[in-house]
Amino acid sequence: MPGISSLRFNLRLLLVALIFVLLLLPPLLNALPAGHPLRVSDFVVAVTGKWICYAILALSIDLAWGYAGILSLGHGAFFALGGYAMGMHLMRNIGDRGVYGHPILPDFMVFLGYKELPWYWLGFEYFPFAMLMALLVPGALAGLVGWLAFRSRITGVYLSIITQAMTYALMLAFFRNDMGFGGNNGFTDFKDLLGVPLNTPSARTGLYLAAFGALLITLLISAHVVQSKFGRLLIAIRDAESRVRFLGYDVTAFKLFVFVLSAMMAGLAGALYVPLVGIINPGEFSPGNSIEAVVWVAFGGRGTLIGAILGAFSVNALKTWLTSFAPDLWLLVLGALFIVVTLFLPRGLIGLIKRRGA
Amino acid sequence: MKKGASLYLDGITVTFDGFRALNNLSLIVEPGELRAVIGPNGAGKTTMMDVITGKTKPDSGTARFGDHDLTRLDETRIANLGIGRKFQKPTMFDALTVFENLELALKAPRGTLAALHWRLSGEARERIDEVLTEIGLTERAKDRAGILSHGQRQWLEIGMLLMQDPELLLVDEPVAGMTDQETEHTAALLRRIAGKRSVVVVEHDLEFVRALGRKVTVLHEGSVLSEGPIEQVQEDPRVIDVYLGR
Amino acid sequence: MKRLILTLLLVLGLAPICFAQNEFNATALRLGGSFGEQAEAVEKLGLSGDPRALPLLQALADGKLARMPDGALRIGDADALTGAPADATGASPVRINNRVRAALRSALGRLQIVSPDPAERLRAADGILRSRSAQDLPLLDAALARETVPRIRERLVLAQGAARLASDDEAMKRAGIESLGASGSEAARTVLLEARTGNAGLAEAIDAAVARIDRQLAFRRAGELLFQGLSLGSVLLLAALGLAVTFGVMGVINMAHGEFVMLGAYTTFLVQEALRGTFLAPWALPLAVPAAFLVTAVLGAALERGLIRHLYGRPLETLLMTFGVGMMLQQAVRLIFGAQNREVSSPAWMQGTLMLPGEISVTQNRLWIIVFGIAVLLLVMAAIRFTRFGLEMRAVVQNRRIAATMGIRTGRVDALTFAFGSGIAGMAGVALSQIDNVSPNLGTGYIVDSFMVVVFGGVGSLAGTLIGALTLGVFNKLLEPYTGVVLAKVAVLVGIMLFIQRRPKGLFALKGRAADQ
Ligand SMILES: Nc1ncnc2c1ncn2[C@@H]1O[C@H](COP(=O)(O)OP(=O)(O)OP(=O)(O)O)[C@@H](O)[C@H]1O
Ligand SMILES: [Mg+2]
Repeated sequence: MPGISSLRFNLRLLLVALIFVLLLLPPLLNALPAGHPLRVSDFVVAVTGKWICYAILALSIDLAWGYAGILSLGHGAFFALGGYAMGMHLMRNIGDRGVYGHPILPDFMVFLGYKELPWYWLGFEYFPFAMLMALLVPGALAGLVGWLAFRSRITGVYLSIITQAMTYALMLAFFRNDMGFGGNNGFTDFKDLLGVPLNTPSARTGLYLAAFGALLITLLISAHVVQSKFGRLLIAIRDAESRVRFLGYDVTAFKLFVFVLSAMMAGLAGALYVPLVGIINPGEFSPGNSIEAVVWVAFGGRGTLIGAILGAFSVNALKTWLTSFAPDLWLLVLGALFIVVTLFLPRGLIGLIKRRGA
Repeated sequence: MKKGASLYLDGITVTFDGFRALNNLSLIVEPGELRAVIGPNGAGKTTMMDVITGKTKPDSGTARFGDHDLTRLDETRIANLGIGRKFQKPTMFDALTVFENLELALKAPRGTLAALHWRLSGEARERIDEVLTEIGLTERAKDRAGILSHGQRQWLEIGMLLMQDPELLLVDEPVAGMTDQETEHTAALLRRIAGKRSVVVVEHDLEFVRALGRKVTVLHEGSVLSEGPIEQVQEDPRVIDVYLGR
Repeated sequence: MKRLILTLLLVLGLAPICFAQNEFNATALRLGGSFGEQAEAVEKLGLSGDPRALPLLQALADGKLARMPDGALRIGDADALTGAPADATGASPVRINNRVRAALRSALGRLQIVSPDPAERLRAADGILRSRSAQDLPLLDAALARETVPRIRERLVLAQGAARLASDDEAMKRAGIESLGASGSEAARTVLLEARTGNAGLAEAIDAAVARIDRQLAFRRAGELLFQGLSLGSVLLLAALGLAVTFGVMGVINMAHGEFVMLGAYTTFLVQEALRGTFLAPWALPLAVPAAFLVTAVLGAALERGLIRHLYGRPLETLLMTFGVGMMLQQAVRLIFGAQNREVSSPAWMQGTLMLPGEISVTQNRLWIIVFGIAVLLLVMAAIRFTRFGLEMRAVVQNRRIAATMGIRTGRVDALTFAFGSGIAGMAGVALSQIDNVSPNLGTGYIVDSFMVVVFGGVGSLAGTLIGALTLGVFNKLLEPYTGVVLAKVAVLVGIMLFIQRRPKGLFALKGRAADQ
């Protein structure tokens, strides 16, 4: 496993710069007048924006798995919870423009015969509150699950299974109508965010840039964490957890810190994702989603941060391309990717690039 | 942390699936003492260290360090009381460099935020360089610990122990894989440390134990068989029977 | 034949309690008398519960009863009372008026209670229960004395209780309350509560009886829940047993385990299709068991040799890799068989429900799955304990290097062990094909639960897997009535999390160095 210090710094910086410059292109080229040969379609902007959110999710998984060795198979749940928090805000923004025209209650609540807003919906009409919840709710859940698991020294595959059970349970719960989250339809038909109608080009560009900024910030935070002594401790914990204890470090606290931070990043990614795609439903909790995100990280190269971002983009690009003409093949290819990565590419794309470079 | 706490084990029993690894073991190590512990394979020497460091909870008995009841504390808390340990099988962080391994061991605030804001001060760097010289790994400071030889790993772990600057050092078979010269060096090092600190060394190498020249405890089947200066212990017929005479 | 014997028994058993021969004859003969006499006789016979009266009254109602000039009665060419052939010349049909007709209807309804046909008896008992009249008591006593079918007996007891409650005699009423209370049925509870309004003086006794019934009902409900729990537990056991071998014994985490279960179910489907129309068709299910074992075991061995073996000592990578394998298997099956459910039918001997004592009803196929689960468990235990392969497997698990130096081909043992675990998953699939939809994602629903079972029971312990599966199954079902299916699942998950706090290594923890790694 490469420590961060062993990856050549210049190469990494170069890659990061390249990726971020490339990411600025879609909205810029989209702004060109229609008919211009270099103009890219709205679709490209929307899809790339979605991938940026996935990249943030991948980054969060890499922080926990690549550095601290916490293989969470439930990060999709944190992502979805962030998404639901944002979705609740967007639903409240619809106001009386819903099908039933109720001034307060979202359509699905009117349909289900709710008389008033459940208490846990209070406050979501305010954007800052919703954003805060998109971070705090996943963080709190990660804190609870992590605390229970880490203090009783549940590690490795046990932890993976427990996190998978967590997202599975949440999926079942969110499918229920009486949870007050729209049952299996989830939330959709959003109208506007911060006063800007969502279907306008400016909203799209704005959301894209927000995701872009969030990726940059989360990368900087992650980089700061892993390059500090904290990061070296995470690696130490990953490789020899009990030895770290004998040095007098509280391993539980370190793992909890990084797990919660990671869950909050995933929640942020989900919150940015929902207005971009215009829908959130319980399917986002499905265990398959979480584990697919893990493969982005593995494919890109874990424990390198930039590898996670690279992996998220490349696997999703492959997916978008392949599903456009052979959707049946995608799951076969994805399954094969799991096998190839674990058997032949343990260090992922970054490992390949590094070997070339060396 | 009080200076000069003593280690006090009394009536410690540890069973694994009915097998008594430690059987009513009692041992006192005074502040500043250097104590050698010997005994045949499976005598329970490592298990004793496991009990002291909180890795294994005894079925019965008391284990105290100063005023602290060791049986109620976890590994982290015990380490922070000032008990450091070198493992029989050297364990360190293979993905990190020699320098980074020492840096993690260095005595400093152990909290999460402290780790986030940690800056390597000139003083700390000096201390690390000092230890690097002591353990002869200055040249290898930037190498990953995973590629060191067995002997070098032994040294690195001793170095980590030194960085921790504990009050009580538990050293499990430090000279396995070392040259004679290195063995002498280690003995001298431990003798030097003792006095300011308490040291408990487990070792099979009798030359080494002799070189330490202090009180020896012989463990056998989980309890103390004999205790005293090496010359006296060597005469003890029971010891000759179970250990030396084989 | 059966019917004949039954009738015979009825007739024999009845002899002492029927009213005396003479009285019967005298009453019967009055059927040929005046309308007034007729009505009286009909009523009396109806209440007598005497089976001989049934054909007589039926004949009267159908206009087939004839009267000889000497007063003797005939049905066709036979004596109406004895059934013996007799001369019927000069017989004139007995006529009836509306009053007699009404009496006949009610008498016949009551007399069905002694009919040889159980269905008719049941219907009659229901009719009597509805009328709730103390008049019926002798009839009910008579019927109860000879009734042998439990279901009808229960109904009769109920009717008897209701009839007693309807009487004017306080002691009789108390007896009714007592017998209703003892019957423990929902219907008895209704009857008692109904009677409560009219019998203020007996309210206390009635309340006590109702409480007694409630206890019995609760007990029965608990029994049914327990069965459902055991049934779910045995399903979990089947799904988890293979995992207990691959994960518990070998330490290999196989996320494709659920897909092996799914493949076992599809093998069952294929075996059924292959045997359709042949004489073996009814045995398709039992034959699918070895077939499913073989298919999944071979696949398992291939997976272990081809892929997993390269990842030993890297559990997280193994987890991801096998997840990918599962994904591919699932998609391959979807492409080959389609995404829709496949129909696997149950053989006749597995269908229907069974009544256990105390009205606890259980479905046969669930019962069979419990039996099958236990059988597979015993098989696994025996294989590990008593076979050469089991011995080698345990040796390799305990110390691979030493086992190798003793001449055990560890690679072969690994492959066989994994194949064994996968084969068990396939067998689980056969069982699941009976109670779940055979679709490509059959396995996904079970994988998390199976891991929970193994972790909860203690990795590496078959006894733990058994106890774990049953405990989780029962807990789930006990919670469901209060929380609903989903929340019960969530609650069980949370419960396991908390449980692991206390015992991180599960119920049956392995101790020692092997467990540390
Ligand atoms: N976790 C454990 N599980 C089961 N048995 C154990 C465990 N730890 C130690 N033992 C047993 O306890 C006994 C004492 O072991 P211990 O490692 O303390 O001996 P030792 O004196 O250090 O031997 P050596 O000189 O070989 O290092 C041995 O028989 C060992 O097998
Ligand atoms: Mg030892």
